[in-house]
Amino acid sequence: MTDNVKKHETPLLDELLKGPWPSFVKEFKTLQDKKAVANDLLGQLEYSYKTKLGYWKHGGIVGVMGYGGGVIGRYSSLAEMFPAVKHFHTIRVNQPAGWFYTSKALRTLCDIWEKRGSGITNMHGSTGDIVFLGTNTEELEPIFEELTKEGFDLGGSGSNLRTPSCCNGQARCEWACYDTMGLCYDLTQTFQDELHRPQFPYKFKIKMAGCPNDCVASIARSDLSIIGTWRDNIQMDQSAVLKYASDGLDIQKIVVMNCPTKCLDWNGKELKIDNSNCVKCMHCINVMPKALAPGKDRGATVLLGSKAPIIEGAMLSSVLIPFIKLEPPFKELKDVIGRIWEPWAEHGKNRERIGEFIERVGKGNFLEEVGIDPVPEMVKHPRENPYIFYDEYLEDE
Amino acid sequence: MSDELKINVEGVGELAVDEDGFIEDPGKWSEAVAKHLAGTEGVTELSEDHWKLVNYLRNYYMEFNIAPMIRKLCKETGFNLKKVYELFPSGPAKGACKVAGLPKPTGCV
Repeated sequence: MTDNVKKHETPLLDELLKGPWPSFVKEFKTLQDKKAVANDLLGQLEYSYKTKLGYWKHGGIVGVMGYGGGVIGRYSSLAEMFPAVKHFHTIRVNQPAGWFYTSKALRTLCDIWEKRGSGITNMHGSTGDIVFLGTNTEELEPIFEELTKEGFDLGGSGSNLRTPSCCNGQARCEWACYDTMGLCYDLTQTFQDELHRPQFPYKFKIKMAGCPNDCVASIARSDLSIIGTWRDNIQMDQSAVLKYASDGLDIQKIVVMNCPTKCLDWNGKELKIDNSNCVKCMHCINVMPKALAPGKDRGATVLLGSKAPIIEGAMLSSVLIPFIKLEPPFKELKDVIGRIWEPWAEHGKNRERIGEFIERVGKGNFLEEVGIDPVPEMVKHPRENPYIFYDEYLEDE
Repeated sequence: MSDELKINVEGVGELAVDEDGFIEDPGKWSEAVAKHLAGTEGVTELSEDHWKLVNYLRNYYMEFNIAPMIRKLCKETGFNLKKVYELFPSGPAKGACKVAGLPKPTGCV
């Protein structure tokens, strides 16, 4: 930034510097002297706070050759006042599975971005991507070229498969019931076309969690939630349970009473688990990690349909496949994914998420199209309407 | 700065475009305009297949006042998605719709 450009005064934003927590204002200000774009970004935001209006135009279409997604166009409607943010496009970069980086990889990303963009990043966006905030249209192709040369690729945006994302699974967690990172990488590679070339009615997100703790919140934040589970008994070390008790853990109150299906029994000497009634909530395992662990026959439950509110309210995913073994090359799962995309892509309305589509056409019809038999685990909620006509009743008439 | 938001098409004159280069008034579209816009999207020559796609988009837009969904476009033109990107490397929304003079497709991020 040249000396004759004035730093914008930001008394309202400065309020956000107070207090012990991190502040994006502080981060932007570290760049204010180096980057005109950071200065004008602060200026426009301060102006927004003053007038209580937003000044980003919505819906720019920019991109790189060969891809239909990955870049989100943004333009300022106050370009005369804040010329450095006239263009302020966002770039999504596909993150490594589990968000593991070498420091060299992070430096490479930051070097590219500082040279060709604002230098401001969001590590990571809610879809999981590395998010580069703020650049010009002319810089898009050079950025894309430099990223791909270093082995990175753009992520998803628009009506495509969004960048698949997973918890760091077996890399750091003994509860991971399948290799989330392996599956995430495999699905990302398998569905490159769907990821870069929008062809769906709306976005489609896949998140993979290694166990029912669901650290990536896949059940609420992805259309297809793949959550690790097991189908045998919880592994238990009775001596370690006793150790927890002698160390002062109130097993009855903290563990047994909090079991949602009341399938635990503790007599002060021995913990018993009625595994047939366990709903895999993870509570007992979370409280006594040294004594309990998920079973050995591990796989995942595949759930479908969650989304944030837009047309319909927020929805959680519900069960599509109660248990599936997940071993490379994950053929069965990939086959199912292709089959659930087909009826949605064919009959879905513009901007209709798959969860909304299923609500509209009915789960029965959807399952029939996909070729999956209905099972009791798919029931989301008991029926509230008591007026039920059973087939045999209708036949009697 | 404001001259950036106009294009000068030979034989047609100046046309207003938005930041992304979409023409502001779809009524002012002509084949000459299409050829000019194609140049901005990495398409040097408009082949018969390009015109088939462009004309499909224009006819659909004139009938329904909206751009078709991509699956429909592929089905009705007989071009698969790969072919569409071969024709218009910046994609059906940014490339083909722009050349066909359709208003900018709105989309959520």
